[in-house]
Amino acid sequence: MTGGTSPAGGGDRRVGIVLVSHSAAVARSVADLAQGLAGGSTAPVAPAGGTEDGGLGTSSDLITAAARQVDRGAGVAVLTDLGSAVLTVKALLAEGDELPDGTRLVDAPFVEGAVAAVVTASAGGDLAAVEAAAREAYSYRKV
Amino acid sequence: MLDADFFRRWLTTAAAAVDREADRLTELDSPIGDADHGSNLRRGFAAVTAAVEKEAPDTPGAVLMLAGRQLISTVGGASGPLYGTLLRRTGKALGDAAQVAETEFAQALRAGVDAVATLGGSAPGDKTMLDALLPGVDALSTSFAAACEAARQGALATVPLQARKGRASYLGERSVGHQDPGATSSALLFEALADTAAATKEASA
Repeated sequence: MTGGTSPAGGGDRRVGIVLVSHSAAVARSVADLAQGLAGGSTAPVAPAGGTEDGGLGTSSDLITAAARQVDRGAGVAVLTDLGSAVLTVKALLAEGDELPDGTRLVDAPFVEGAVAAVVTASAGGDLAAVEAAAREAYSYRKV
Repeated sequence: MLDADFFRRWLTTAAAAVDREADRLTELDSPIGDADHGSNLRRGFAAVTAAVEKEAPDTPGAVLMLAGRQLISTVGGASGPLYGTLLRRTGKALGDAAQVAETEFAQALRAGVDAVATLGGSAPGDKTMLDALLPGVDALSTSFAAACEAARQGALATVPLQARKGRASYLGERSVGHQDPGATSSALLFEALADTAAATKEASA
């Protein structure tokens, strides 16, 4: 696998992106922001924010549903905010059969990483390229 | 030997203990956490009790795997994946034996505790549930009662520690002087284990 933006096998086999936040509003808004900045027809993106009853927290059911929703067979990149969001995704990945094949937790800042991931996936980048772009967002210093 | 019924009763007893202590757990979680530990665990263990009764798994490993799955999917906070991983890894290590020896359980539980440490990236002294789980599992080779006492002491010993993991770590020195809610609930699990073992002994005497 390379860090380039090689096509992942056609426009309808793009990498899916799942955004997991403690807050439903944050996950939804960051998804909107990333898709808005990517423009046009973007890669599939699904938010998985908060608990099922609308509170702050993490829901494994919302995460698995979101991952299945965006899975097109080219892999799914999951970005998280903190704490239980990270731990829940890791625990689901350790289960082996909860998330679609080729699902990966991507170590990236949530907002900047989401934008980089969605832009890269929308351009046809494979899972490694999407992960690399999201991780690279850590290196954008602001001061 | 410990059978599926022993583990089912352990979890039911743990659920009762969590329900009884939920307010105290949430109170401990108020100054250094987000004040949801008690209510999160109460919801999780209620789901565990319901699932274990409904599906009635017939091996120790299956009971713990099912319980862990429920915790991961219903708790909603970090303790869900952590306790879920603890029970699932322990259950996995027990395999599909219909009964397990106490020494086998102690070994399996150690594998579960190690998995918790890996998942959370924590070490002893970080002011986390590990500070009760590790002394508890260490003392399990002596007796269930010794494990209960060691876990309780481990939880008490988190008071002077500064948190290095989780939300409490953002507080830095201000986390000192508070007992860790996760270590406290971990001690409850060992207490439920000792109570279950004592009740088993009494019933067979």
